[in-house]
Amino acid sequence: MQIRVNGKALEVAATTLAALLNELDYEDAMVATALNQNFIRKADRMTTPLKDGDAVEVLVPKQGG
Amino acid sequence: MRDRPLSLYGVTLTSRLLAGTAQYPSPAILAAAVKAARTEVVTVSLRREAGGGRAGDSFWGLIRGLGVKVLPNTAGCRSVKEAVTTAQTAREVFGTTWVKLEVIGEDDTLQPDVFGLVEAAGILVRDGFSVFPYTTEDLVVAEKLLGAGCEVLMPWGAPIGSGRGLNNRFGLKALRAHFPNVPLIVDAGIGTPSHAAEAMELGYDAVLLNTAIAKAGDPVMMADAFARAIEAGRLAYLAGPMEPRDMAEPSTPTAGLPFGGAVRA
Repeated sequence: MQIRVNGKALEVAATTLAALLNELDYEDAMVATALNQNFIRKADRMTTPLKDGDAVEVLVPKQGG
Repeated sequence: MRDRPLSLYGVTLTSRLLAGTAQYPSPAILAAAVKAARTEVVTVSLRREAGGGRAGDSFWGLIRGLGVKVLPNTAGCRSVKEAVTTAQTAREVFGTTWVKLEVIGEDDTLQPDVFGLVEAAGILVRDGFSVFPYTTEDLVVAEKLLGAGCEVLMPWGAPIGSGRGLNNRFGLKALRAHFPNVPLIVDAGIGTPSHAAEAMELGYDAVLLNTAIAKAGDPVMMADAFARAIEAGRLAYLAGPMEPRDMAEPSTPTAGLPFGGAVRA
């Protein structure tokens, strides 16, 4: 299945958001997630299915003004 | 006269300087500058993870080690949807309901899209956020933000990163006079400690700045300079500055002037 992660096209095996984070080695990192511009809580990642063409954002703390 | 402490959404602060964490030469200098500024609130952001690294974890570790409160921003968001989603993700990552709400409307000035700002503020307040809106000095927009549930307003001094100081002193003064009991923070455009002191002399409750410290030749020394200027400006406001006059007025008593004071040569 092809999805976009942080703007980049990726071919992935994962079928849930939680599995995707695992596949991309983010599972123990401090990240927040959004799917198609909607915030997905950490607790809901296991039950959030992915489909072809989805846009996932994986966000991390950064410096800000 | 004893000053009352600054209270933002029920949190009492001693320092009236809120500082950004971006653009520092190194994490060590950032940490030293935050200490020198005596600041108790720093702004942070969320960005895309790049390359599967753990840069976010190490930055967050540094900030947590400083023992300050964080104010996540929605910098760069150009729509209500983006700003709301960014705020929600920030709440989970940073564990705070505070959010510095930016909805940017124009690229040259980075001025807020005040229509989107009011709409996003309403959505976030209903969702339980404590919203710090980055706004202009417009009184009508300010009224609408308060109506949407904001308890703090953050008007700009000048465009973000410009360092030009208070572009509309009259407008900022009017805003202060209009909302005597709302915490008002000048956010953006401050370039030097004298700009920050001027904002405080006008009666603003605090100043939020980033570039002016981070991009100084010596950010740690500049952080200290800002802390002192903000304290001086606050004291000056409490002390009650004199009114300016158009004409000179002798400060030395004229009564008893030697030679009768009649000589004009």
